[in-house]
Amino acid sequence: MTLDPVVLFFILGLVAGLMRAEMRLPSAIYEFLSVILLLAIGLKGGIELSKQPFFNLLPDIGMVLIMGFVLPLLAFPILYYLGRFKKADAASIAGHYGSVSVGTYAVAAAYLGDFNISYEAHMPLFLVVLEIPAIIVAIVLVRGISKKTKWAQLSHEIFLGKSIVLLLGGLLIGWLAGEESIQSISGLFFDPFKGVLALFLLEMGLIAASQVSSLKRYGVFLLSFGILFPIISALIGISFALMLGLSIGGAVMLATLAASASYIAVPAAMRIALPESNPTLSLTASLGVTFPFNILFGVPIYHQIAKQLY
Amino acid sequence: MKHYDMKLITIVTESVLEHFLEEDLDRLGAHGYTIMDARGKGDNGMREDFWSNQGNIRIEIVCDEKTAETISEYLYQNYYSDYAMMLYISDVSVLRDKKF
Repeated sequence: MTLDPVVLFFILGLVAGLMRAEMRLPSAIYEFLSVILLLAIGLKGGIELSKQPFFNLLPDIGMVLIMGFVLPLLAFPILYYLGRFKKADAASIAGHYGSVSVGTYAVAAAYLGDFNISYEAHMPLFLVVLEIPAIIVAIVLVRGISKKTKWAQLSHEIFLGKSIVLLLGGLLIGWLAGEESIQSISGLFFDPFKGVLALFLLEMGLIAASQVSSLKRYGVFLLSFGILFPIISALIGISFALMLGLSIGGAVMLATLAASASYIAVPAAMRIALPESNPTLSLTASLGVTFPFNILFGVPIYHQIAKQLY
Repeated sequence: MKHYDMKLITIVTESVLEHFLEEDLDRLGAHGYTIMDARGKGDNGMREDFWSNQGNIRIEIVCDEKTAETISEYLYQNYYSDYAMMLYISDVSVLRDKKF
């Protein structure tokens, strides 16, 4: 099988970063690329939602929400008892791994596109839903339902963060406008999707490479956790997909969502809610280990596992 | 031209705190402040700006001595233990004391 060019861009970034090449995309460009990706994913989901009644999806959304609570609750004891991390650190890392990465989702979508495998169009809705429960679990694990937690400020940070606003906004616009009228903007959002993703992944490769030095410091446990836990999560994702009766493409997407770890929304929320946790630990694992693993190996592996189980 | 003695507080800290600090500073009596993106190296390692919420910022506030004391005390009590933050105070002269 030939590698998808977007994955090759990621490898280019990774190698260039490891060799300390003088290269970084300006952060404004990176932000712009991520805005396009988020809106494109949202719009695409919204168009499909406009074709089916929303209420039929509510039970599925409920199940996915449950998955969002199960994943961090499973990760926490592993990190706390096996990894012997401090409670706040274990909870924060669990929060990262219970939540999702849009970049990984986009790569899985491109991967399935290459194989002409379709998946349930409401998947972006699951992407939104899965951002949130893990953050709540992480906070409650450490603080309980404490009044000291600044829930008002925190919910502002969580619900009005860039990724949720743009994903939900895109969904809503796609849903309201419908397929035909969205065609007028498809030149920006849909046609160049893979090109945008390629540039985005180039930068992600550079960022992942910059995590290597802290990875050396934190060692083997974090490395193994960052690879093995996503595989366990993916299995859980596929089990939920089977329960929900999703197609095999849907199973790969849900597995990828379960296996991916957040590196934007959750770190920001954890800095506010659990400031005593060490942000380097969770970012190293999520960006330095799990993101590259999922892009390079994870998605095809989850596809193979799904094939066996379907 | 007459000059007035004032204090300049410079804070270098995590971008994620920006909105919290804006509220704090307003409440603690700062009449204005300037916020800049910053990068560099310190106890917490290189702080790089991957995303707008993970870099560093530098805040400058010009105020009278009493306000400077209030602000530095509050920030020390509330942020120093858990966040990457440093703060220093210097003497400056300004042309219009009413402004600050």
